[in-house]
Amino acid sequence: MTNHWVDIKNANLVVIMGGNPAEAHPVGFRWVVDAKIHNNAKVMVIDPRFTRSAAVADEYVPLRSGTDITFLLGVANYLLSNDKIQHEYVLNYTNASFLVRDDFSFNEGLFSGYDAQKRIYDKASWAYQLDEHGFAKRDPSLSNPRCVFNLLKEHVSRYTPEIVENICGTTQERFKVACELFAETATPDKTMTSLYALGWTEHTVGSQNIRAMAIIQLLLGNIGMPGGGINALRGHTNVQGITDLGIMATALPGYLALPSEKFPDLPTFLAAVTPKTLVQGQVNYWGNYSKFFVSLLKSFYGDKATPENHFGYDWLPKWDRLNDFMYTMSAMEDGKLNGCICQGINLLASFPDSNKSIRALSKLKYLVVIDPMDNETSCFWQNHGEFNDVNPASIQTEVFRLPSSCFAEEEGALVNSGRLLQWHWKGADVPGEGRDDSECIAGIMMAVRRLYESEGGKAVEPLLNMSWNYVNPEAPAAEAVAKEMNGRALVDLTDAGGNVVLHKGQLLSSFAQMRDDGTTTGGCWIFTGSWTEAGNQMARRSNADPSGLGVMPGWAWAWPLNRRVLYNRASLDPQGKPWDPKRKLLWWNGAAWTGYDVPDFGAAPPGSAVMPFIMQADGVGGLFAQGKMAEGPFPEHYEPIETPLGTNPLHPNVVSNPVTRIMKNDDNFGDPKKYPYVATTYRLTEHFHTLTKSSKLNAITQPEAFAEISETLAKKVGVQSGDMIKVSSSRGAIKLKAAVTKRIQMFKVNGQEVETVGLPIHWGFKGVAVKGYLANRLTTAVGDANAQTPEYKAFLVNVEKA
Amino acid sequence: MQVNRRQFFKICSGGMAGTTLAALGFAPGTALAQTRQYKLLRAREVRNTCPYCSVGCGVLMYSMNDGAGNAKNSIFHIEGDPDHPVSRGALCPKGAGLIDFIHSKDRLQYPEVREPGTDKWKRISWEDALSRIARHIKDDRDANFVERNTDGVTVNRLPTLSMMASTSITNEAGFLTQKLTRALGLIHVDNIARV
Amino acid sequence: MTQDLIQRSATNDLTQAPQVRDFQQQVAKLIDTTICIGCKACQVACSEWNDYRPEIGHTVGVYDNPADLGPKAWTVMRYNEVVENGKLQWLMRKDGCMHCEDPGCLKSCPVPGAIVKHANGIVDFVSDLCTGCGYCIAGCPFNIPRQNPVDKRVYKCTLCIDRVSVGQEPACVKTCPTSAIMFGSKEGMKVRADERVAELQSRGFANAGLYDPQGVGGTHVMYVLHHADRPELYGGLPKDPAISPMVSFWKGIFKPLAAVGFIATFAAAALHYIGSGPVTEDDEEDHHD
Repeated sequence: MTNHWVDIKNANLVVIMGGNPAEAHPVGFRWVVDAKIHNNAKVMVIDPRFTRSAAVADEYVPLRSGTDITFLLGVANYLLSNDKIQHEYVLNYTNASFLVRDDFSFNEGLFSGYDAQKRIYDKASWAYQLDEHGFAKRDPSLSNPRCVFNLLKEHVSRYTPEIVENICGTTQERFKVACELFAETATPDKTMTSLYALGWTEHTVGSQNIRAMAIIQLLLGNIGMPGGGINALRGHTNVQGITDLGIMATALPGYLALPSEKFPDLPTFLAAVTPKTLVQGQVNYWGNYSKFFVSLLKSFYGDKATPENHFGYDWLPKWDRLNDFMYTMSAMEDGKLNGCICQGINLLASFPDSNKSIRALSKLKYLVVIDPMDNETSCFWQNHGEFNDVNPASIQTEVFRLPSSCFAEEEGALVNSGRLLQWHWKGADVPGEGRDDSECIAGIMMAVRRLYESEGGKAVEPLLNMSWNYVNPEAPAAEAVAKEMNGRALVDLTDAGGNVVLHKGQLLSSFAQMRDDGTTTGGCWIFTGSWTEAGNQMARRSNADPSGLGVMPGWAWAWPLNRRVLYNRASLDPQGKPWDPKRKLLWWNGAAWTGYDVPDFGAAPPGSAVMPFIMQADGVGGLFAQGKMAEGPFPEHYEPIETPLGTNPLHPNVVSNPVTRIMKNDDNFGDPKKYPYVATTYRLTEHFHTLTKSSKLNAITQPEAFAEISETLAKKVGVQSGDMIKVSSSRGAIKLKAAVTKRIQMFKVNGQEVETVGLPIHWGFKGVAVKGYLANRLTTAVGDANAQTPEYKAFLVNVEKA
Repeated sequence: MQVNRRQFFKICSGGMAGTTLAALGFAPGTALAQTRQYKLLRAREVRNTCPYCSVGCGVLMYSMNDGAGNAKNSIFHIEGDPDHPVSRGALCPKGAGLIDFIHSKDRLQYPEVREPGTDKWKRISWEDALSRIARHIKDDRDANFVERNTDGVTVNRLPTLSMMASTSITNEAGFLTQKLTRALGLIHVDNIARV
Repeated sequence: MTQDLIQRSATNDLTQAPQVRDFQQQVAKLIDTTICIGCKACQVACSEWNDYRPEIGHTVGVYDNPADLGPKAWTVMRYNEVVENGKLQWLMRKDGCMHCEDPGCLKSCPVPGAIVKHANGIVDFVSDLCTGCGYCIAGCPFNIPRQNPVDKRVYKCTLCIDRVSVGQEPACVKTCPTSAIMFGSKEGMKVRADERVAELQSRGFANAGLYDPQGVGGTHVMYVLHHADRPELYGGLPKDPAISPMVSFWKGIFKPLAAVGFIATFAAAALHYIGSGPVTEDDEEDHHD
């Protein structure tokens, strides 16, 4: 979230699209209701299904699953053609006025630079025109046809209400209502908040769905504003924290990159990843990359990390390609992996195409499952009849499972969606012989190290040089690790005037204190300030709200630097006056920025040329995404990889995302003639994935698998609510109960009728709920070209009476 | 409003026999005719965060005993933390049912192994489990670790072991996981954030 | 403690409940169906706090699980899909004991003190005294109490009297994510309801209103409805609930009798009813009015 949960109450319009917070985040949704009751806000839900969120919304606007970009660019077209934008914001705080290279183009569904063979783009042309100093050229009059503003106008002009109706199945009348609601927030004193979750990300165009809304929010001047922002509602308790910590194929903590093999040494790597300022005088905070990276290496390798050995850079593994989980599962299926450590995730239930997952896990020599619960993954080799029809004798994988803690039995911090690091305390011991998660990881680390210490072996240095200096290395204390992530001064640190600001050994209070000469540590620079010499900031418990805007700066601690609203300088006009006096977060006190929130800005006084988006090399919000996205600097409508239309009404030659990765194991796409219906998987509020089917209280409230279908589809298939149906895709079939409902409707799209099949994901062959099939037996392992998130929200199935 | 005959049959079929003794004068004394005792009066209260979605609601966990050294904690009730600025004491049906997650019959109790080709779990000790896992990892790593790629660049990676990380563990457990994976040289590393 | 009981079942003037306390704040739970998301947190919190677990059932293609109130399901969500003017509304209502000011269950109960009303308005079943006769089931105008086939006793929501007695809100109220369930003094809840109704009317719900049915003297569980003119839309909430005339009939027969005559009389009454249909009789005056 750019903003935070309580801040939703400040919105004038809450747009719920690509998410269903009443269902998946019910308590966060209380602030949507609060906005409605206490701020007279309107709530609009745009979704293929009439959800629990829709049940209490003012407007429900249906659209076919997988067509969000069409809808949103249609809205952008409306805003631009009807002059419903926040002019001063757009001119000053976005790249609207920036000139784009002349060789950038878009034709018939493809941007310039496409390589059809490799299915990738050369993004060189997706860039600004630069002047002789290397700075971007701008035209504040917005008259140059190559300025971003005019290119955007032209790009979205194709998305007329007629096109929206034809592709999304949303009537022009409903679409107009939606556009008018968006447009109302173009004034400086009105904000719209966008709440989304996996309803946007789980598409082959997932990242571009979010880009499309970001463009709208920038046009409306809603980024950085209380009650505004782009708010990703994270789905698991510490998705935010684990992502912050970079436990991913090509990442390191704090959104630093794990170097690839293209970068043989530290200077080469740092030169490539440190962005150059694109507009004179901008903060360009990522210019400090080296300080964060070297401090991380000092945390990793301690005294072994020296300037001479580039702080241990060589010991980091260098990747060859993106080994995200979908690639890994394919490689596993191909027999390229021997082992897998699966920690607290039920991958068999959660990953796409569960039949493929079983084939992959069966190829392993060893699987280590660390989990508090009996689940499908650790038992993938068990025969459970039709629900898991495998032959244990033919599966040669040795499977270990280690019983771990749940939340109640451990201490530590979790990061919520609003970037709030909240400390929690242990209430009881892990049951039986269970051990907490840290102990399980440390146990493996120490056991492997002991073998290397006694026997020697390959690559001993990276293994033994990794710092592990805990009082009890078999069970590191949470406090020690939290301080390690926060970072310390390794020498007395002085400011520009030579005054000592931190003594040797003291905890850092800000990442601004980090150095790239090896004199500071910090395992995750964005967490710096969370545990300082003043104590554990994550354990703070004041819920005082001096601003009345729900900031509560004394509750726990938010990264970065306890800032609650990102880009909050953009809540003020260039002269430093709040766009809306009722939403005053910050002010200039004559010498510095101060306020209820921690300013997200440098020291430049009001009226200076320094722009608010300090993490961007150009200082502004990007209507045009320079060189970052896989499929283009502007979003474009591409059909889901399995489309019921078989074509793209905008450009029939480019039907689906042209840069989506399709692995040979996964090109088993369904033919719409055989699988005519659009399926979408999702959560119900009563359950959390496949974990709560082991909790009796939750099993009682939704005991058994079902699929939601429209009355028209039920009639066609010849079933009623409660009847068994068979839902099949080209990857497998499941049987479950039918729930026939008015909440699912048929769409008229491009001259044909498209039905939606809703598939909650919560059941399997384990747990105390009624046993059943895993819904992911049906899903496709093709995903978002940027984030490799599988397309769970739009794939093709057939439905028959079982 | 009138009771119809079908309803009346339903009422009559309610079962008279079970407790009529009470009606005949064998009822427990009036001392029992009270409301249930409030159960949290001296229970130990510990603050925590709900482990499901990312709203991060505050929870209060109540365990039997007052913290005395001779008593072992067992959590018997969980409800929302009213001081929490986001949740203000509220919990969704998942959070409200946390007690049945903690005490689920499906909680794992001890380390186990399922050996190749067999169809059952075998209970083993932690020492056995960790040393057998470490042996697998070391054999794999010694056989497949790549110190340099074909261009001679130091890459220090182990391409045959993957780590699928939880997104429900703490930051602290997460940082240890990050350190473990990179120390081993893993590049097949991901978490479950996106599904 | 028992001085807080202002009304007891099957009790006549000679054994009137204590009437000594002067300051008796009436409580109420206000359920705002217009901001209810049907999440069932209330169901789970009720089950958790009160330590009961109904059987894990099956789905029949609707979200209503458990399918109905039960001896181990004191509150359930009821879901209704209603289409009006081409617009779908998904109306959800938390069903459970209404804690009537004039409780039909208490009036119909033949066992002295097995159903009591507290000074704050809470109507509670004293299960130790319950004989399982089921009269309260017939006496309830909202079809709430349910008999447990194992112990034959009848159960329903206690409004978490154990929590309320120590100054805490009921479990369902505290847990409600969207503040669709509120708790406070009956007066305070009426004020909140007025605000909500005004807001709903401003959003075009002309018939929004408070459900506090006077046929049972008002209730200590009230609803805000978008369509107060048609409460039946919400899973059959009765429009004009009143205590069944049968209750008065039973009361007339049983009150003077000792419990020893109970079974025979019940059988006679039952036979009489089955043969002749309902008897119409004027309501007996309430001893506690």
